[in-house]
Amino acid sequence: MTTITEIAGIVSSGRIKSEKLTEDCLSKIAELNPKLNAFITVTADEALQQARHADQEIAAGRWLGSLHGIPISLKDLIDQQGVRTTAGSLVRRDHIADADAVVTKRLRDAGAVFVGKTNLHEFAFGTTTEDSGFGLARNPHDPSRSPGGSSGGSAIAVATGMSLGTVGTDTGGSIRIPAAACGIVGLKPEWGHISASGVVPLSRQLDHVGPLAASVADAWLLYNVMQPESEQTGDSLDAAPLKGLKLGRFSGYLADRLDADVERGVNQTIERLQQRGATVVDVKLPHADDMAAIYLHLVFGDAAEYHARTLMSRPQDYTTPVRLRLEMARYVLAEDYIRALRGKALIAHEVDRALDGVNALVLPSLAIPAPPIGAVTVPVKGGPDAVRSLMLRCTQPFNLSGHPAISLPCGKTGDGLPIGLQLVGHKGRTPALVQAALAAEAAIRS
Amino acid sequence: MTIAEWLAAAKADAERHGLPELIPMLDGLAQATERLRAADWNDNPDKDTPHDDDH
Repeated sequence: MTTITEIAGIVSSGRIKSEKLTEDCLSKIAELNPKLNAFITVTADEALQQARHADQEIAAGRWLGSLHGIPISLKDLIDQQGVRTTAGSLVRRDHIADADAVVTKRLRDAGAVFVGKTNLHEFAFGTTTEDSGFGLARNPHDPSRSPGGSSGGSAIAVATGMSLGTVGTDTGGSIRIPAAACGIVGLKPEWGHISASGVVPLSRQLDHVGPLAASVADAWLLYNVMQPESEQTGDSLDAAPLKGLKLGRFSGYLADRLDADVERGVNQTIERLQQRGATVVDVKLPHADDMAAIYLHLVFGDAAEYHARTLMSRPQDYTTPVRLRLEMARYVLAEDYIRALRGKALIAHEVDRALDGVNALVLPSLAIPAPPIGAVTVPVKGGPDAVRSLMLRCTQPFNLSGHPAISLPCGKTGDGLPIGLQLVGHKGRTPALVQAALAAEAAIRS
Repeated sequence: MTIAEWLAAAKADAERHGLPELIPMLDGLAQATERLRAADWNDNPDKDTPHDDDH
């Protein structure tokens, strides 16, 4: 995969034109999208126009920074002015955004080129990108398998070079799950740090907007520009020294239903980090096994509110599985929603306690490899388990808690499917989390 | 409202709205609600829940 970090300097010098990079991405889209269905809308003309403008500006000595002239994509629930925002649903097939989302505007101001809007699980309400009003998306490592979701199209785009970076959203794992399934990096920022204004919500209290990229450094580049201007720092960070890095590792719920290859890959990576000087201690999340119930009641309550009108007026425009789950969501009682809110606060407290005295928490991003398309259950340690709950298991705690978390590739299964390592950091210290991830990435690649 | 009462009402409502496919799904939601109501922080509504900002 070509990284933005590698290529930005060459673009700034004029040795590679943004127009050429953009044409290359558009060619990849033309070649691969019919098979993988990563994009719902391709904005080729606008992208080429933006790229030519970037080339002119760079030639005139007005280089804006590392994203200037770089082709990226947006998950199709993020507004881009003048382009439709479908949220992967026929309910919104004719919705044209009248303004950029805050993140789109920030990326546009940094000179990024937008090649298109990527496919997703309808309204981000699922983990596989199978239920989309615009057809299912396929994993580039094995097209018979899901790319993960809900930001599945975004992860495919980066993994195949259809765009060099992308922006997704994560309500229960929707950045980190597809990043793990497709072998790329996904950063879920701390809740509330990156604006979600102009982004179709699933659950406003759990939604996070963040980057997916080919490397940790690229994820930082995108994240840095998406931050509020007052917090933006340099384009690059130094890796944390592994010697002295202290990591917390969970046992119990977050470690007991892992695919054998995923478990082996993550454990080998942790051992490698230890060999290079990191220390690992055991940590606990006492209410981990209540998380799925907490999460379900919150997401259902929030989604039911957002979709109430269109479920009544246009039920036929939803995919059947998503419509049924939204219909079911309408039966959640207020008293149970409040119980779940109390549980959410408790989980946040417990994640803070787990982080006491360590730099980051370490666990898999995705308990299983990318599942076969259509699978409802997969066997894990002898018994069949529901795909949806397995896919959410390792990520949703940190949506409930709001802590920043990053997924990075850490090897492959025996079948050649990517495995994701997840690091979770302290609130208010996302740069330190990214520095730890840079160190882990370097150790994994060495 | 007990979960059994809620479940019976929800299933009847789904039937009335022509959504029989929802009925087995509602059993799954009922199990999650049982789990939520049984959680220890819900034992006592007078007890404060720890907040992430009291860290």
